[in-house]
Amino acid sequence: MQFLFRYANPHNFMRLSGVVLPFTAIGTLLCLGIGLYLGFSAPPDYQQGRTVLMMFIHVPAATTAMNVYGAIAVCSLLSLVWRHPLSDTAARAAAPLGALFTLLGLITGSLWGKPMWGTYWVWDARLTSFLLLLFIYLGYIALWNAIEDEVRAARAAAILALIGAVNIPIIYFSVEWWNTLHQGEGIVSGGTAPVFLKPLLLMMGGYFLLFLTLWMVRIRTAILERRARNLMQAGAR
Amino acid sequence: MSPFATLLLRDIKLAARSGGGAALALSFFALVATLVPLGVGPDLRLLARMAGGILWVAAVLAALLSLDRLFQGDFEDGSLDMIALSPLPLELTALAKIAAHWLSTGLPLTLLSPLLALLFNLAPPATLILFVSLLIGTPAVSAVGAIGASLTLSLKRGGLLLPLIILPLLSPVVIFGAGAVALSLDGLASVNALGLLAAFSFAALLLSPFAAAASVRLNLGS
Amino acid sequence: MISSLTAENLACARGDKRLFDGLNFRVMAGQALAVEGANGAGKTSLLRMIAGFLAPAAGRILVKAASNESDDAEERGKSIGWLGHQDGLKPQLSVREQFDFFANLYGRKADSAVLEQVGLARQADLPCRYLSAGQKRRLGLARLLASQRPLWLLDEPFAALDTSGQQLVGQLMARHCGAGGIIIAATHEPLGLGNESLKL
Repeated sequence: MQFLFRYANPHNFMRLSGVVLPFTAIGTLLCLGIGLYLGFSAPPDYQQGRTVLMMFIHVPAATTAMNVYGAIAVCSLLSLVWRHPLSDTAARAAAPLGALFTLLGLITGSLWGKPMWGTYWVWDARLTSFLLLLFIYLGYIALWNAIEDEVRAARAAAILALIGAVNIPIIYFSVEWWNTLHQGEGIVSGGTAPVFLKPLLLMMGGYFLLFLTLWMVRIRTAILERRARNLMQAGAR
Repeated sequence: MSPFATLLLRDIKLAARSGGGAALALSFFALVATLVPLGVGPDLRLLARMAGGILWVAAVLAALLSLDRLFQGDFEDGSLDMIALSPLPLELTALAKIAAHWLSTGLPLTLLSPLLALLFNLAPPATLILFVSLLIGTPAVSAVGAIGASLTLSLKRGGLLLPLIILPLLSPVVIFGAGAVALSLDGLASVNALGLLAAFSFAALLLSPFAAAASVRLNLGS
Repeated sequence: MISSLTAENLACARGDKRLFDGLNFRVMAGQALAVEGANGAGKTSLLRMIAGFLAPAAGRILVKAASNESDDAEERGKSIGWLGHQDGLKPQLSVREQFDFFANLYGRKADSAVLEQVGLARQADLPCRYLSAGQKRRLGLARLLASQRPLWLLDEPFAALDTSGQQLVGQLMARHCGAGGIIIAATHEPLGLGNESLKL
């Protein structure tokens, strides 16, 4: 914990992230570049044909969307228990990214579904729970924006994030249950052939690094914004 | 009278005296149930098939109407300060308010539901399941709603934010509640669905007083 | 019974702004403390801090009761009678309903003699929406008395009251101190209790 807090101080965070940032940015480009190249040069799937390419964009987006919520939940816990202001900033900065990855997952999922189901949207369990996840993200962001007092907004958002973290698995379970009840269709996901596995893992890594990079940039921006505001306030006096 | 009962009774009294209490939620519930056939047509077979889902969604929305005032009124006029200093812990304060909200909306909505089910030509066994599912599930709506109400209690326009925050969290309630009715229509046992619904309600009633109390505390310190 | 309340090196921050810093005072049983200062100096914040609503940015508040001394806000809250600047009244409830509610909430029997004492006996069945500002304030005093708490936190106790109302407040405060209670009041006017005062 002590180790974590040393770098959770805004000043140290700015220094550390400044060093790490170029590496994660380059890592993102490499992973996504090679992953896409390998993905495109892989042979078409015997069942799904070329549409299998969509998997490389869809699956990592969906996984990342979930992981981002996990990151927000951890930050919220840190904020509520240890009252650490940087974890609030981090949670707030992650939310729009999580919403974007969720949206990307939804869009690519429905594009992937079109050739398979003949419609852009089916009430498949995974798509439905991701739609709900998107609303959870939007509600979380809206709560942050609605409360003017920053400290109060941070703590309210943290409480909501933790409630969401408890509830999301239940929502997933209930949507699965609902899907079997109404016997809906689902994305066929058998075992992944090894030719697809390597690009998929690279894409997963790329998405993760992309999130990490953007997250750090957003936290840095928030810190700089606060500093600029404090300077302007001091100047106005 | 115990502090808990005192607060519970006052909140019910206030709900009854302002805006007719349950009357507003009940009218809304009935009105949504009337608009749906106007929208989808009078085919009774279709309506019977949809009844469980529609009435569940309408009930959740109707229960939402009065939720934003759950803590807001007491916050705005300063009562919440005095309630917080009373011997009643804030967790029990939240529970009393959840109970009062359920007694003045969830319960009346449940009692009205068989009548509306009649309009949808829902079979009697399925109607019974609908009734039971609402009875078990609406407390969860009040409980999860109380969290949302406590988070938005200082906001002038919290009534708009509240549904966005809590409706996704309430999706399991709608799924299990309406699912139980659907199972019954297919001639299958609804016990599992009702059991899952009961488990959700129980967990919500157990956890939400703590979350709501934490968020009330946070709002008092400002 | 509380024997003293002590503030040690208390500081209050609102956002990035410090309202007060390094505040020290002690109030003994039977004493009153007037908290004075311009608007926005932090009088209400200090009261909310003592009530435990607001966490101090630094320092602590100690309450000595019998032999033990504690800085636990929750425990302190159980001995506080609160008269805030908001009236805490519901327009739909009658004076008696409102009074009974608070008395019972605080685990006390609602004694209608208290309503008489603050001069609201005739208004007992009147809905609160018809009360004047001064009458609402009197109902607040009735609530304070009914709580039977030793530590009174009063925010502008004389506000909105006519001369007889102000005299009533003076009497009630004198009696409370006489019985060994403690009063901390944010005020612009002298309390008239031979009390200490604190400038913020």
